[in-house]
This record gives sequence, structure tokens and C-alpha cells, in this order.
Amino acid sequence: MFLNQMLSKNHIQVNVEAKDWENAIDLGGEILLNEKLIELTYIEAVKKMKKENGPYIVIAPGIALSHARPENGVNKTSMSLIQLKNPVEFGHEENDPVKLVFTLATTDNKSHLDSLRQLMGVMTESSDMDILFTTKDVDKIVEVINKHS
Amino acid sequence: MLKILVVCGNGLGSSFLMEMNIKKVIKEIGAEVEVEHSDLTSAKGYHADIIVGTKDITSQLSGYAKELIELNNILDLEDMREKVVKALEKFEN
Repeated sequence: MFLNQMLSKNHIQVNVEAKDWENAIDLGGEILLNEKLIELTYIEAVKKMKKENGPYIVIAPGIALSHARPENGVNKTSMSLIQLKNPVEFGHEENDPVKLVFTLATTDNKSHLDSLRQLMGVMTESSDMDILFTTKDVDKIVEVINKHS
Repeated sequence: MLKILVVCGNGLGSSFLMEMNIKKVIKEIGAEVEVEHSDLTSAKGYHADIIVGTKDITSQLSGYAKELIELNNILDLEDMREKVVKALEKFEN
């Protein structure tokens, strides 16, 4: 599956207002929940894991990869992205505050790997990441995603 | 061959991204090692030589591998290279 199939335009929101990390995870998850791609249990599982294991979902400065496991309630392999208006603290020593929240949901341990590879392509190109961090235009993000898909 | 295991809480997202970058680094430095990824629970029964993970993960895995590599930023390849080289040196001789 290509990145732009998992992370389609309707799964991307910019300038989102979140009041804290839990709210940010909720808002990212709700995009997938509203399309029944995941169940509410999935979002709860992400928050539970964060509380139990710590803020490891903040994978790089300003970037959280919100995800749990297939059995936590995934109906279809999918991804969403929210860019927060005001960055929020996840409690990570070095990578806080978080401005981009990718929510990743996968039905098995293989179907998302090509997309993750493509996402890594996006993440390692700083000019593209600048766009993701700053643009107020969803279409600009879609362009970046398409370029790497 | 040395086994490097990349671990995250559930073994599906961050660990795969880390594995990708670790493999990149391994290729660059030309080391002969095996790299795999797993979740926290299965990591304990894996008998890896080196475990790579974010701080909160490695803190739960001390004693499960000879060397632990802690990463804060999984996109920081230079930091990763430095830490991998240092860990591999421990296995020389």
C-alpha cells in the first residue's frame, strides 16, 4: 500500500487545536475513527501504552507516531496526520514539544511497511518536513506525500 | 554473526523505522550483523547481542543483551552511527 493511499487528503488536518497530549492523540485518532477505520479501543490503547511505557511514541523532535497493535481495534490499515496549532508536551526529555502527530493503524505486521518506508523518505528530507511543520495549506502536505508515494 | 534487535512497545511502527535507519548505518560502516525488530515482550526471549530502542524501552531491557543502545531521535543517523560503532567495538576480539 502506498503512503498516499493510507494517508489520503481527508486524513490530514493543519492548525489543529489540542489542549494536551491525550487530546492530540484523540484528535488524530478521531479522523480514522470517523471513517470506521479503527475502533475507539485503538485510541484508548495508544494512550494506555503511553502511560505505561512512557513517551516513546515521540520518535523525533516535534514528531509523535501514535500507534498500538492490530488487535487493539483496527478495521483497515490507515494513517492520519494532524499538525497542531500550538505544540503540546508529551513528557519527552529531548523531543518535546510535539507539533506533528501521525496516527498509524495496521491490520497486520506487513501491510503498512511500504508506506512506512515512504514516510521515512518524507521524514529524512528536511525541506519537506518544514512544509509539514509550518504550512496552513493541506494541499501542500498532499503534494509532499504524493512525491514520496 | 552478531544480532541487533530493534525494539519498540508494540514492534510495528517506531521499531520498523529504527530498523530501517540502523540498517542504513550498518551498510555504511560495512559491519556484518543481523538486524531485526520486535516488541518489548518478545525482545526478552530473543538473545540479541545488541538491543536498540528509545530510552523508556531500553530501561526495561537491561540484562537482556550485552549492549544497549538508547536513541532519543530515531531520525538522527549520525547519533545512531556513533552509538552503533561504539557498541560494536565492545564485541571486537
